[in-house]
Amino acid sequence: MKEKLHQLKLKYQGKKMAPAFNALHTFLYTPNETTHSGSHVRAADDLKRTMNTVIMALVPCLLFGMFNAGYQHYSAINGFPENFDLFEHFLTWDNFLVGITTILPLVIVSYGVGLAIEFLFAVIKGHEVEEGYLVTGMLVPLIVPVDTPLWMLTIAVAFGVVIGKEVFGGTGMNILNPALTIRAFLFFAYPTWMSGDKVWVHEAVERAGTADAISGETILGSLAQGSDYSYSLADMFYGFIPGSVGETSTLLIILGGLFLVFSKIASWRIMLSAVLGSLAMGLIFNGIVEYQLIPEYSKFYTLMSFPYWQHLLVGGLAFGIVFMATDPVTGAQTNKGKWYYGFFIGFLSVMIRVFNPGYPEGVFLAILLMNVFAPTIDHYVVRGNIKKRLKRFKTATIYPKASDEVDSLKTETA
Amino acid sequence: MALLSKKDANLIKDPLADNNPITIQVLGICSALAITAELKASVVMAISVLFVMGVGNVVISLIRNIIPSKIRIIVQLVVVAALVIIVDQVLKAFAYDLSKTLSVFIGLIITNCIIMGRFEAFALGNGPRRAFLDGIGNALGYGLILVIVGFFRELLGSGTLFGIKVLGDPIAKTGLYSIGYENNGFMIIPPAALIVVGVIIWVQRSRNRALIEEA
Repeated sequence: MKEKLHQLKLKYQGKKMAPAFNALHTFLYTPNETTHSGSHVRAADDLKRTMNTVIMALVPCLLFGMFNAGYQHYSAINGFPENFDLFEHFLTWDNFLVGITTILPLVIVSYGVGLAIEFLFAVIKGHEVEEGYLVTGMLVPLIVPVDTPLWMLTIAVAFGVVIGKEVFGGTGMNILNPALTIRAFLFFAYPTWMSGDKVWVHEAVERAGTADAISGETILGSLAQGSDYSYSLADMFYGFIPGSVGETSTLLIILGGLFLVFSKIASWRIMLSAVLGSLAMGLIFNGIVEYQLIPEYSKFYTLMSFPYWQHLLVGGLAFGIVFMATDPVTGAQTNKGKWYYGFFIGFLSVMIRVFNPGYPEGVFLAILLMNVFAPTIDHYVVRGNIKKRLKRFKTATIYPKASDEVDSLKTETA
Repeated sequence: MALLSKKDANLIKDPLADNNPITIQVLGICSALAITAELKASVVMAISVLFVMGVGNVVISLIRNIIPSKIRIIVQLVVVAALVIIVDQVLKAFAYDLSKTLSVFIGLIITNCIIMGRFEAFALGNGPRRAFLDGIGNALGYGLILVIVGFFRELLGSGTLFGIKVLGDPIAKTGLYSIGYENNGFMIIPPAALIVVGVIIWVQRSRNRALIEEA
C-alpha cells in the first residue's frame, strides 16, 4: 500500500492536482523523501509535528466542552444540581450526547471548509498544501458559542482563511491570527448570535419566547449588566460555567499550556507576561474602586470591582493567552518583544472587558490589535539592540596585535 | 465614421479598467469607504462627481491659458467649490433625505484627490473636448467602483437594493430569512468597504498581471 502510494506520487508529479494528493499523503503516511539540500539543522519536529502537539493540548478542552454543553443544557432546564458530583452530573452519556451532536458539526464544518480552501489555493498557486490550518480548524469550534449556525461558521471560516491568511501568502505570512479573524468576523457580522444570554446554552435560542424558555448568562455578561452571578470560584476554575465551547475550564487550559511550554512549542514569556498584564490592569481597576474614584451607580462599577485575579478564570482570557497569543507566526519574535507583546495583550483584554459597552469580552480584540503591533515591537527591539552594540563598539578599547596595525585601527574607531 | 477617434475613446475606456482612479491609482478612497453602505448613496455620489468633473475639466481647460501658474491651485479650488455648491443645493432642493445621508461628503468632493489630479494632469494641458472626455471617463471609473462596492454592501448588509427588499421572504415564512439567513452586520461598517475594494483590486490584478506593481 505504502509503496503503491509512493509510485502514484511519482507518476502524478507536476500535475495540477499533485499538491492535493501530496497533502493527504504526508498527513496519513510518512513520506519517503528527505530534504534535498540547504538545511543543516535536522530535527523531528517539523511543522506537522508542531501542529499536532498543539492539537493534542486542545483535545481535553474539546472533550470538556462537549460534556459542558450538555451539562449547561440540562442544568438550564432542570436547575443546577445541589450536591454536584463529577460522575453523576457532569461526565454522563446524556451530556456527552448533547455535546457531540452540537459540537462535532462545528468541528467538521471548520475543518471541511478551511481545508477545502487551503487545497483550492494550493492547486491554483501550484504549491504544497500547508499545515497551518490544522490548528486553526481546531481552535475555531472552541471559541464560538455552542449553537453557532453552521452556515455562519462556513462564511466566517471562508472569510478568515482567504482574507486573514491566503491574501498575505498563506501559512507563515499572515499578519492576523486566522482563528481570531474568524471570531472577529462572526462578532461584527452576527452580533446577536455572539453575545447575550441566549447563545451560550444549547437550544436556548429556539426556545426563546416559549414556555420552555431557558437562558444562561456568562459571568462577564452578568457583571456587565451590574447583576450578580451564582457560580462559585471552583466552578469558574474547573469550568462548569456557560461560555464558548472550549474556553471555560481554566484547569485544562493550564494543563494544555504547561504541555505546550514543556514541549517548547509555545513561548512561556508571552503567557507569563500576558498574565502579569491582566493582573496589572485588574489591580488598577480594583484600586479605582477601592479609593472610590468612581461612583457606585457607574455602569463600570461591577466589572471594575471584580477581583483582579478572577479575570483569568472567566471568559476566554486564559484560553486566548495560552493558545492564541502564543501563535509563533503572528506574535512577536524577539524575546524582549514577547514580554511587551504579552503584557499588552493581558492589559488591553481586561481594559476592553470593562469599557466595551456592547460586549463584555475583549481578548480576541486585544490579541488582534497586538498582532498588528508585533512587527513594530520587534523592529524597535532589534533597533535598540543594534544601538546598544554600536555604543559598546564605539567605547571599546581595541588592543592592536601587531604594532603596524595601530594606525589603521585608530582611524577605524575614531 | 466613428463618433470618437480611438485616442479619444481611450480617454473614457482607460479609467474604467486599466487606469482606474480607485483600484489602480488608489485615489478617492475616503468617500468610497464612507458612503457606500447604500447603493442609492453610491449612485448619487457617482453622478455628483460625474457632473463636477465633466464641467470642471471643461472650465479649467477653457481658461487654462489665462490662469497664472502660481495661483492655479486656488483657481482650481474655486471652480470645484462653485460646482460642488451647485450639486449640494440641487440635492437639498430635490432629494433632501439623500443629501442628509451623504451629509458632509458632498462638500468633501472639493477635496477629492481624483478631481484635483485630473485638473492638474490633464485639463491644464488639453483642449476642452478632450478634457471633457477625460473628466467623464475618470468620474465613470470612480463611480463604477462605488456602485460595485455599494451593491455588495447593501445586498449583504441589509438585504436590499436601492432600499427595496431583494433577499427575503416574498410570501410570509418562505424565503431566505425563514430558513435562518441573517444580514451580515459587518458589511454595514466602513472597514467592510476597504475589504471589498481590496478584493476588487485583487481580482483585477490577477486577471491582468501587467497591473501588478513591483514590490
